[in-house]
Amino acid sequence: MPYPLRINGLEKSYGGQHVLGPIDLDLEAGTITAIIGRSGSGKTTLLRCLGGLEQPTAGRITIGDGQVSPADIGYVFQEPRLMPWLTVAKNTGFGLAGFTKPARDLAIAEALELVGLPDAGGLLPKQLSGGMAQRVALARALAPHPKLILLDEPFSALDPFTREQMQDHLLHLHEHYGATMVLITHDMDEALALALRIIVLDGPPGRIIGDFSPDLPSPADRVSAAFFAWKRRLTALFTRQSAPPPEAAFSDQQPAQENFP
Amino acid sequence: MTIRARRVPGWLVGLIVPAVLLAAWQGAAASGLVPPAILPAPGLVIRTLAAMAQSGEMAQALAATGSRMLFGFALGAACATVLGGLCGSSAAIRALLDPLIQALRSVPSLAWVPLFILWLGIFEASKITLVAVGVFFPIYLNLVSGIANVDRKLLEVGRVLGFSSWRRLVRIQLPAALPAYVVGLRGGLGLGWMFVAAAELLGATNGLGFILDDGEQTGRPERVLAALLLFGLCGKLTDWALAAAGRRLVSWQDIAAA
Repeated sequence: MPYPLRINGLEKSYGGQHVLGPIDLDLEAGTITAIIGRSGSGKTTLLRCLGGLEQPTAGRITIGDGQVSPADIGYVFQEPRLMPWLTVAKNTGFGLAGFTKPARDLAIAEALELVGLPDAGGLLPKQLSGGMAQRVALARALAPHPKLILLDEPFSALDPFTREQMQDHLLHLHEHYGATMVLITHDMDEALALALRIIVLDGPPGRIIGDFSPDLPSPADRVSAAFFAWKRRLTALFTRQSAPPPEAAFSDQQPAQENFP
Repeated sequence: MTIRARRVPGWLVGLIVPAVLLAAWQGAAASGLVPPAILPAPGLVIRTLAAMAQSGEMAQALAATGSRMLFGFALGAACATVLGGLCGSSAAIRALLDPLIQALRSVPSLAWVPLFILWLGIFEASKITLVAVGVFFPIYLNLVSGIANVDRKLLEVGRVLGFSSWRRLVRIQLPAALPAYVVGLRGGLGLGWMFVAAAELLGATNGLGFILDDGEQTGRPERVLAALLLFGLCGKLTDWALAAAGRRLVSWQDIAAA
């Protein structure tokens, strides 16, 4: 069963500098949620808090029933971060603990098959292209069958063709595993193509300025009028945020969250 | 016009300077420019080596020096690996032990000799311990810095996978520190040869260092040069073997071949 995710009053400061929050968010189990925003809006900090890499300054994160083991959470970083001394197969199985050898081999083979690298198990990371390495990183996160997968701009370093191919892979993986996925991205096309729900952050300090459920068909038609319309709405939101605020913006009554139809 | 670059083997290039030096040495000796009591001709040194090989003296000396080197290197490397692994992986242990180890490092290694002789006697134990001291520091320093400087991004992979400190050490930090460790082993080996020569010069009845001392005491520079050549050859061969083994261990590194 995939995990739902609940975030209450999450805040993060570094040495007195407030960078994120408060963030309140409920994510439904088994969905893909994209968190988009500009650089410095706190997206990665939020994901690092969810993945346990940062300790929140305040607030609470509840994943599933609260009794979660690290194997239940998969994390894909912006860079592949493969262990250069291990083969692709061993990198894929890097997080598999407490598996018998046959179960381990099966989990590795299945994960590599799913990311489209069934024959690459014997290669070393130095022999892989950027796209292949990132697919291995995805396979490593998937191999323990996590119930929540956190993805931190996983395709941002890839060329546009490979990126789109990887996005299709991700959708396929989501269909296969059904895990809850949280995807950090600054690419609106990627967010619209993959996510059922899009959370927009802006900052610093990072706060939610938009929460949308575009309801586009899956897989999304990237040249459809609806796709472009949503892209325009998201762009307009950022343009408005960067424009000089009207006098009223300083009012305490300014809404922090906006919901488009 | 096509230009074809032909690669000359590296080992052949490496022989050019020694060959030129050998020729100059032979020339200097043959012309009488340098008295034989100072610099004997290469031919005499080679004949000395042949005589030492024939009499069994060379094998005996190599066995004595080699065994001191082997045991000293093993002891020094083992201590450096254990202490380096502990200090590299734990800030608390590093805070506890590293200042003392760094203080001991600043003691000139030969200054330990009187103490080792007092504690361990004049025979093998003190010599092996001196070699171990020489071997210890380069390996320890490289291992500690190799472990402490492992890429934070790789350590974060271990954190999101819920690794314990032990698992993180064994599965990420030690393998990542392997290239630095190999450099330390090679540095330790080089210092080991230096220290075994010093230990044997200070008092031994066999070994290459003894031949050096004997040659000096009896005014036979050809024996000194023969022992020096054997030391150089042993050092080069063992370093070559260690470098080859090291290259295999870290063949995963994505670096430009030199």
